Amino acid sequence: MKSRLTWPLIMLGSLLAINLFVNPSFFQIEMKDGHLFGSLIDILNRSAPLILVSIGMTLVIATKGIDLSVGSIMAMSGAIACLYLSGGNYPEGSWLPVIYAVGIALALSAVAGLWNGLLVAGIGMQPIVATLILMVAGRGIAQLIASGQVITINYQPYKYIGTGYLLTLPFSIFIVAFVFLITVYLIRRTPIGLFIESIGSNPVASRLAGIHAAAIIFIVYIFCGFCGGIAGLIMSSNVSSADGNNAGLWFELDAILAVVIGGTSLSGGRFYLLGTLVGALIIQTLTTTIYSIGVPPEIILVVKAIVVLIVCLLQSEEFRKKFSKKRFSKKTFSKKGVSV
Amino acid sequence: MPENQLRLQMKGISKVFPGVKALSNVNLRLFPGEVHALMGENGAGKSTLIKVLTGVYTIDEGNVWLDGKPISARSPLESQELGISTVYQEVNLCTNLSVAENIFIGREVLRRGRIDWKEIYRRAIKLLERLHLNIDVTKPLSSYSVAIQQMVAIARSLNISAKVLILDEPTSSLDKTEVQELFKVMNKLKSEGMAILFVTHFLDQVYEICDRMTILRNGELVGEFKTTELPKIDLVTKMIGKELQVLEQLPNTILKDKQTSHGAPFMQARQAGRKGSIEPFDFDIYKGEIVSFAGLLGSGRTEIAKLLFGADKADTGSIIINNKTIHLNSPSQAIHLGIAFCPENRKTESIIEDLTVRENIILAMQASMGWFKYISRKKQDGFITEFIQLLNVNPPNPEMLIKNLSGGNQQKVILARWLLTHPQFLILDEPTRGIDVGTKAEIQKLILSLSQEGMAILFISSELEEVIRCGQRILVLRDKRVIAEIKNDEINQQNIMQAIAGG
Repeated sequence: MKSRLTWPLIMLGSLLAINLFVNPSFFQIEMKDGHLFGSLIDILNRSAPLILVSIGMTLVIATKGIDLSVGSIMAMSGAIACLYLSGGNYPEGSWLPVIYAVGIALALSAVAGLWNGLLVAGIGMQPIVATLILMVAGRGIAQLIASGQVITINYQPYKYIGTGYLLTLPFSIFIVAFVFLITVYLIRRTPIGLFIESIGSNPVASRLAGIHAAAIIFIVYIFCGFCGGIAGLIMSSNVSSADGNNAGLWFELDAILAVVIGGTSLSGGRFYLLGTLVGALIIQTLTTTIYSIGVPPEIILVVKAIVVLIVCLLQSEEFRKKFSKKRFSKKTFSKKGVSV
Repeated sequence: MPENQLRLQMKGISKVFPGVKALSNVNLRLFPGEVHALMGENGAGKSTLIKVLTGVYTIDEGNVWLDGKPISARSPLESQELGISTVYQEVNLCTNLSVAENIFIGREVLRRGRIDWKEIYRRAIKLLERLHLNIDVTKPLSSYSVAIQQMVAIARSLNISAKVLILDEPTSSLDKTEVQELFKVMNKLKSEGMAILFVTHFLDQVYEICDRMTILRNGELVGEFKTTELPKIDLVTKMIGKELQVLEQLPNTILKDKQTSHGAPFMQARQAGRKGSIEPFDFDIYKGEIVSFAGLLGSGRTEIAKLLFGADKADTGSIIINNKTIHLNSPSQAIHLGIAFCPENRKTESIIEDLTVRENIILAMQASMGWFKYISRKKQDGFITEFIQLLNVNPPNPEMLIKNLSGGNQQKVILARWLLTHPQFLILDEPTRGIDVGTKAEIQKLILSLSQEGMAILFISSELEEVIRCGQRILVLRDKRVIAEIKNDEINQQNIMQAIAGG
C-alpha cells in the first residue's frame, strides 16, 4: 500500500512544487471574513466532485466493472434539483425546499445506479456496454428534465452546497470527507470490501464460497450513481444552474483516470481508496497548474495528456524497472569513463 | 553416457522469490531419447525449475546448455524457438478457438500474405494423427474433453521442431486408456531422439515410462537416479525426506466395520437430476459417513457434487436435508444448511488469486455471516494460526498472496476455508489432484478423523486406490448415471473396475 502511494504522492508533490516556483505565494492561506482563502483550498474545493465520483468508480472497477454513466448521472441530478427549486418562490432562509431537492436528486441518481446494476448483475451485460446505455440516455433525460434549457435559479440555501463555508472551510470539503470516511469505514470495518475484492478477482470462486455476488454488484453500482448524484449537486450549486448538455461531460473518464493513477487495476480485485483520492487531487492540481502557469488554451489538452502519460508510466512497475536498469547501466558506464 | 552427448544441462540453478528461496543450486541433465522424471513434493521447486528453463522466470544464478551451447531464454517464445516445448499443468489454450487455430496460433501458415486454412487443417489433422487422435479440427476446442485438449496442447508443442519436450503433469486429468495413448506417443517421440522431461505425481507412471529421474526437495537437489536402480519406497523416502510413517496403511478394517446407517440421513436426493448434466439419481449420506464416487472423467461425479451444493439447480426430483425438503438454489443457501464444497478446479473455482492466505481462509465463513458482522483481526489471526498449524501450510505466512503458494498448499488453504465454517457435510471433488504423496496421506488422514467426529463426507477421486481406502460406501458412475453401489466387504478394485466397465 505504501509503495503504491509513493509515486502518486511524488507526482502531486512535484506539481505543487512547480506551482510554488511559478507563484511564490501559492502555499499562502489567508483568513478573510472568517473564511480561509488560498490556492490549496481552491484545489480541494474544486476537486470535490471528481473525488466523489472517483470513490464510487473505485468500487465499481474493483468488481471488474466500469461505470461510464456517472457524467450523465451528474447532469440528471443537477437538472432535477434545479427544476424542483425553480418552481416556486421560496422564502429566504428556509431550508426545507433544498432538502427536498437534494433528496429527489439523490433518489434519481440511486435509481440510475440501480438500472446499471440491473443490466450488469441482473442480466449479465458487460459493464462497459451496460453503462454506455445510460451514458447516452442519461444525458437525454437530463435535457428532458430541463426542457432543453439551462435552468438558472437564485436560491441562497442551494448555493450553500457548492459555495458555502463551514468552520472556515468550503462546505464541499466536508461532504467529500464525510463520504470518504463512511466508505472507508464500510469497506474496512465490514466484510463488504473483502467481498468486492474477491468478486473482482474471481467471480466463480466467490459464488462457490457463498458470496452473493449479484447483490454486491448491485450495491456498488447504486453507490456509484449516488456519488455521481452528490457530485452533480455540488457542480450545479456552484453555478446556480443546471445544464443538461454540458454538466459533468466526460467526467467519467477523469474519474477512471484518477482510479488508475491511484493504483487500482482495471482488471479488478485489489483497490486503493487513498490512492484514488491522491489521483483525483493530481488531476485537479494539474488543471489548476495549467491555467496558473498560463499554458495557451489551444494546447491545454495536449499538455494534460502528456502529464497523464508520465504519471501512468511512473505508476507502472514494469516501466520503472526498465527505466532504472537503463539508467543504472549508464551510470556504471560513466563511472568507468570518468577516470578522475 | 558421456557429458558431451547431453541434450540439455542445467547447472547450479538458483531462484529467489520475495521471502522464499525457491531453488538453490539445482542441476538437471537430459539425454536425447530418454524420458526423465522430475520428482518432488508440492513446493519442492519442480514448477519453478521448469519456468526458469522456459524463460517464464529469469535465472538468478546458474547456467543452462542446450546441445552444449549456453542458452538463456528470456521468454517462453524464445525458449520455444530454441527447441524447448512445454505443456503446462493447466492447459494453456483458447477454448473458444478451433482445434486447428489453437495448434497454429502465432505461427499461421501464410500463402501470399493470407492465412492458408486448407494447409493448416491438413497439417493439424496430420499432427493429431501422430497422436492417434481423429477429431474435427475445425470445431472449437471447448467442444472436446479436457483429455483431448491436453492432447491438442501436446500436438501444438510438437509442431515446432522440438528437441526437448516438457510435460508438466499431463496425466492428472486423463483416464487410464488416455494415459496409455499418451505413453505410446511419448515412446514414439523418445525413439525419434526427443528428450522428454515428465512431471507427475503418479509413481506407477514413473516406473512405467521413465528411464531416469531427478528428485528435488524444498528447492534443493536430492539427486539423479536410474529408475531401475531406485525402488519405489526409496523414491518416496527421498521425496518427503522422512521415513514412511505418513504412508502407513490407514486403519481400514475398523472403518469398514462401522455401521453406516445411524439414525436419519443428513442429506437425501430422490431422483434428482439436471438435463444434460446428470441423469436422475438417488443419494443418501449419514452423519460420520464417507461416501466415495468412482467413475471415469466426465462420468457425472462433479455434476452430482455441484447439484448437492446448489451450484447447479436440479430440475427434477427432490433434495431432503435433515428430513426437510429443500429447494437448493445457491451455494450460500447450502453453506447455511451446513454443506461445504471443495471444487475440482483449484485455479478457476477455488482460490481468489489477488487475496492473501488469511483472506482466502475467512472468505466462506465471512460470507455466511452476512455483510455487517466483521470477524475482528484478532479472531481471524487466531483461526488462521490454528489452521495453518493443523494443516501444515507452507510457508506459514498468512499475509502471503495465495497465488504464490504451491498447488498442494493452496488446496490446504481451501480446506481450511471450509473447515472454518464447521460443515456437517463436506464435499471434496478431487482434493488430492496434483498433490504429492505426503500431503495426500495428510489429507486422507484428516478426512478420516473428521468423519469420526461426525462429519459426513463425499469424497470424489480418480484414483481408485484412494477411493477404496477412504470410502465406506462407493457409488459407481458411468455416462452421467449412477450405476452401482458397492458396500463393505464388496469394496475392492476388481468389483469397482467391473462396475465401471459395465460387467
